[in-house]
Amino acid sequence: MNPADALHHGLVLAAVGHAYGGQKVVAEVSLAVAPGELVCLLGPSGCGKTTTLRIAAGLEHPQEGSVRLGGRVVADAQQRLPPEERHVGFLFQDYALFPHLDVAHNIAFGLAGRPKAEIDQRVRAVLAQVGMEGAEAQYPHTLSGGQQQRVALARALAPNPRLMLLDEPFSGLDSRLRDQVRDQTLHILKTSGVATLMVTHDPEEAMFMADRIALMREGRIVQVGPPEELYFRPADAFVAAFFGEVNRLAGTVQGGKVATALGAFAAPGLAEGAQALVLIRPEAVRLASEEVEGAALARVLAARLLGRASLVHLAVGEPERLHLHARIPGRFLPAEGERLAVRLDPTQVFVFPA
Amino acid sequence: MPNGVAHPPFTRPGRRLDSLFPLDGWGWRGAGVGIAGLVALPVLVVLASLFLPTGPIWSHLAQTVLGTYVANSLFLMLGVGIGTFLMGVGAAWLVTLCRFPGARSFEWALLLPMAMPAYVIAYAYTGLFDFAGPVQEALRALFGWKSRRDYWFPELRSLPGAAAMLSFVLYPYVYMLARAAFLEQSVCALEVSRTLGCTPWRSFRTVALPLARPAIVAGLALALMEALNDFGTVQYFAVDTFTTGIYRTWLGLGQSGAAAQLGAILLLFVLALLLVERVSRGQARFHHATGRYRNLPRYPLRGGKALLAFVACLFPVAVGFLVPGAMLLAWAVETVPGTLDRRFLGLAGNTFILALLAAILAVSVAVLLAYAKRLDRTMITRAAARLASLGYAVPGSVIAVGVLVPFAFLDNALDAFLRRTFGLSSGLILTGTVAAVLFAYLVRFLAVAFQAVETSLGRITPAMEASARTLGATPLRALRRIHLPMMKGSLLTAALLVFVDVTKELPATLMMRPFNFDTLAIRAFELASDERLPDAALPSLAIVLVSIVPTILLSRAIARARPGDEG
Repeated sequence: MNPADALHHGLVLAAVGHAYGGQKVVAEVSLAVAPGELVCLLGPSGCGKTTTLRIAAGLEHPQEGSVRLGGRVVADAQQRLPPEERHVGFLFQDYALFPHLDVAHNIAFGLAGRPKAEIDQRVRAVLAQVGMEGAEAQYPHTLSGGQQQRVALARALAPNPRLMLLDEPFSGLDSRLRDQVRDQTLHILKTSGVATLMVTHDPEEAMFMADRIALMREGRIVQVGPPEELYFRPADAFVAAFFGEVNRLAGTVQGGKVATALGAFAAPGLAEGAQALVLIRPEAVRLASEEVEGAALARVLAARLLGRASLVHLAVGEPERLHLHARIPGRFLPAEGERLAVRLDPTQVFVFPA
Repeated sequence: MPNGVAHPPFTRPGRRLDSLFPLDGWGWRGAGVGIAGLVALPVLVVLASLFLPTGPIWSHLAQTVLGTYVANSLFLMLGVGIGTFLMGVGAAWLVTLCRFPGARSFEWALLLPMAMPAYVIAYAYTGLFDFAGPVQEALRALFGWKSRRDYWFPELRSLPGAAAMLSFVLYPYVYMLARAAFLEQSVCALEVSRTLGCTPWRSFRTVALPLARPAIVAGLALALMEALNDFGTVQYFAVDTFTTGIYRTWLGLGQSGAAAQLGAILLLFVLALLLVERVSRGQARFHHATGRYRNLPRYPLRGGKALLAFVACLFPVAVGFLVPGAMLLAWAVETVPGTLDRRFLGLAGNTFILALLAAILAVSVAVLLAYAKRLDRTMITRAAARLASLGYAVPGSVIAVGVLVPFAFLDNALDAFLRRTFGLSSGLILTGTVAAVLFAYLVRFLAVAFQAVETSLGRITPAMEASARTLGATPLRALRRIHLPMMKGSLLTAALLVFVDVTKELPATLMMRPFNFDTLAIRAFELASDERLPDAALPSLAIVLVSIVPTILLSRAIARARPGDEG
């Protein structure tokens, strides 16, 4: 990704802020999306991600900051370019297909003013792109959820938008269909080379789709980066916990380390005597039946096979104050009461100030 | 750029006219506020008259008739309140909570009297109960009475008579809202109370009725507003109320200021009712929240009780619809050779054109207002929409005064200006033309159209216009290409409702119509006032035939959402 690309051809949000009736929903959001890049806005519900998307589309006008699109300022304190003049494609959660128009007219809606032959050709082309050839005369209510999603995608892509905006585009689909549609959508967007900003609350979906993820919380971007960066180098406890269940251990910093029932962890940058929080992903927990030098011992409380992995519930320490979850790939079902040695993968253990 | 995709330039060549309306902003807010201001103008004019210096005519009115107006209006409200409450709530209770032969049919049949303007059944019953009418004739023949002095017969053309006439056509307001309230709560509260051991009657009294109270109060408030609006019945019965007083002061005495002041006092009554209605409505979601209802714990009635229930439901339908309908039909059949003439067709044509124009106008303005409210969700626009839909509560005679006063002022000002500068006279451009009448209809019936349009618009997800906008459509193009086609059915319904209301409308038309421009309602009123009741039957029947269309639509909607038809 080249930052200059975003500046000249993609989307640049600079210190954008927005409030609804005095309630701040977006604050100091800065983000750039280059052509061909797919960025996910990820966060819990009500974190301001959809508002950010609507600001990019021009459906909301930000009270602070500026929005640049294709090298031109489209919204700031002085000016606002209405959505119809921004050339963005918006894919809505419920697809928002026009129920009184057939598929061809839905797609042609954004092509108004072009010669008839060109419109027909473009409609056929985008329908082929999404794998819906021959659906021109069908009406939205006759299509399945997955088909509606693809028609909506085709409609948004038809006018060659400079930016695609996707608002939870897969949440209306059942889980099996979702994986398939997600895969198709990713490839369609990548081959079209359009800059894409997508909103989702599902971290797995964001990691599946995104070149980069911007994690939002209470209207602010907490961390931006490639998925693996957010996963392995989370900026704070919120980011670490957002990508999945974590074991939480509390402790006090002494001699630059936090001592816990599972051993001491380095606490760089934390003051002596400060309260610290140690987060351990269940995947980081390795279990061994033989004794390991320096490793803590844990007693198995329960073990369950979840499919691709097994979840082992453990009690650690003397007395057994700590309840620990370990996620072991494949089938690993030790007997209840068995004692196991606990080792940790240091790349998935994070120490933060409490 | 990847794939060498060429994006169109930002600014399109040749902006079209609809770009004049910018984004959800000032254009739409301006439209909303403008409409609201225009529609509220007559009411404001009338209210402002309270602060005008009062001339001798006012003190004369205050000393002579004002007390009568207040007393009569209060009595009318009391009578109509009791009448519509008993019939409306009673019938709603019987058809929703009891099982007896015909209950299902009564559910929709009880709405039929809505198609009858009160003045029309007043004509019918006057003919029926007159000294020379069939009822008294039959009584005289039966008992051998000779003259009026031989027996006592209640005088229909009286204040109680007017209250009765109004009650029989207005109770469906209470019935509709009470029925909906009973049905909505039934699923939860009533069944729970039954499982807790309440008898149906006790659970009605202790659970259903208190829960339905806001809906019933709202229905009563609507019925009373209509009662205050009535002009035809009270004028025909020679009962002095505010509406007749305004009419007489305006046309008879030519006192626009005093008429406006009477209107302002009447408005205070209306505002009180409006307040009651708004507060109750705030507590009650009285509209049909869903089309589905669970089967109710209906109490089966047998024998005498079933017969009583049947009669109790038949009574309002018969008195409010069947009997006067039959009477009109009989008269019409008798008089058709003389009345179905070129003149009648002219009346029908006038009425049709007026109603059609008003319907188109009201629906267009309602669409603009509803769309403005949707695009510009500021306090200002929402308040404007609310203000603009208050007209339904304002009596037609008050609106007539409120429109005529400023219009006459404008006409005179324009005329004076032209005379002064060009030595020409423009005459009356606004007052006494169809334009003034249409404006009055807009003020009074905008709310009817607005409510239908707004409900329909609300069912369209905002993602629709967001979609259309990001696909390059201006707000106006989105409205034209997306919203209007999607709302087609509701727009027709809204237009139909306004059409029917205009067809029935009497006082505003009577006061404002151009010279020699008559409608069916006016002709029927004139003929009835001339004691030519049989001749009034044909135009009256025509009004009823038009009015019955939305009543049937409403009945069908109710029959379709009938409780017990699950799924």
